Amino acid sequence: MQRLSRDDMARRVARDIRQGAYVNLGIGLPTKVANYLPHERETLLQSENGLLGMGPSPAAGEEDWDLINAGKQAVTLRAGGAYFHHADSFAMMRGGHIDICVLGAFQVSTKGDLANWHTGQSDAIPAVGGAMDLAIGAKNTYVMMELLTKTGESKLVDACTYPLTGLACVSRLYTDLAVFDLGPDGARVVDMVDGLSIDHLRELTGVTLTSA
Amino acid sequence: MIDKQIPSVAAAVADISDGASIMIGGFGTAGTPDALIDALIDHAARDLTIISNNAGNAEAGIAALIREGRVRKIICSFPRQSDSYHFDAAYRAGTLELELVPQGNLAARIDAAGAGLGAIFTPTGYGTLLAQGKETREIGGRHYVLEYPLHADFALIKAQQGDRWGNLTYRKTARNFGPIMAMAATTTIVQVQEFVKLGEIDPEHVVTPGIFVQRVVQVDAGPTQPGNG
Repeated sequence: MQRLSRDDMARRVARDIRQGAYVNLGIGLPTKVANYLPHERETLLQSENGLLGMGPSPAAGEEDWDLINAGKQAVTLRAGGAYFHHADSFAMMRGGHIDICVLGAFQVSTKGDLANWHTGQSDAIPAVGGAMDLAIGAKNTYVMMELLTKTGESKLVDACTYPLTGLACVSRLYTDLAVFDLGPDGARVVDMVDGLSIDHLRELTGVTLTSA
Repeated sequence: MIDKQIPSVAAAVADISDGASIMIGGFGTAGTPDALIDALIDHAARDLTIISNNAGNAEAGIAALIREGRVRKIICSFPRQSDSYHFDAAYRAGTLELELVPQGNLAARIDAAGAGLGAIFTPTGYGTLLAQGKETREIGGRHYVLEYPLHADFALIKAQQGDRWGNLTYRKTARNFGPIMAMAATTTIVQVQEFVKLGEIDPEHVVTPGIFVQRVVQVDAGPTQPGNG
């Protein structure tokens, strides 16, 4: 079987984002999704620090450091884009105005619980940023991550062991091996990479999986 | 005649006393009122409570306040950065208290203070470590956490244009927390890039009306410099 590369995963997520959607892409892997959203599709990207209609990175030397994204990288604004303050920005999330947010994760449960802000180690310095607001605010919260840790443990689990970011908030999980729908009825496999069987996937994850 | 213009950053922060609570605007370097923070460091007030999104980077801004031992408590959403070593050291040494707040709750609590609300019920954080011990309520089938407003004695913010009545405009994502912090503090002190005559800002474009601003000081800070995530 052929695992999806990180770019292939981003391409796979982008395929499910429709014309006209308002989308927030989390820091890290999810930012790659922007590379596969065609300009003419008019998907409007929101950034928590106060912009809607975010465009690509500027050319080297053209950066304006008053125009940055949540990862504090220089970005651009599309024609028709807008700036706003933090209370409005988080009202867009919490108020259910954002159609889709895509987040990275440490763990996701089959019921859609999300853990992505804290490893739970006692000496770790906690930082949460906008993760909890995004997780529970968007109409659809998607997670993209590698299915297994470097040591082969499944990050799709029956119950998260890391501290939670939000309860029952993730509806879809995109990984390098398969795509899952998550919810009160558990995990359902939407598609898998070529050469992978559902039985092998059950063995890798150790969770109950139904198929479409 | 109302004139909120102050001649220098030193004069603008001169009455900040030990033990004060201070909101500081900015997300990354965008909107960070560097000149006012530098003046606060020179001013030597200590035992401060700082309310801001981050806890500073490298040697500048809030990081320098922490390095100088001026900060007792910080209320923020994202203290850990690649170069937040002054925060990390003080936090690990137990000399700096941290109240970690999800970013949207931070904004909502500041907004609630400015709007005179007694509390808010927010869905963010429900069922997590950050809501432990807090009152919750189910409203319309959704779970909410009770959170209280965040007031401050002072707000230090940066704006693009300001006039002598305190009307403000901002520049791009440097707006971030400025408008809501201006509303939530007893005394709002603004570092503006350009000081303009009354009426020069189109009233349709005023973002923060002057009623929320007490002091304006003009500082030509030049273009914003890059920061670290």
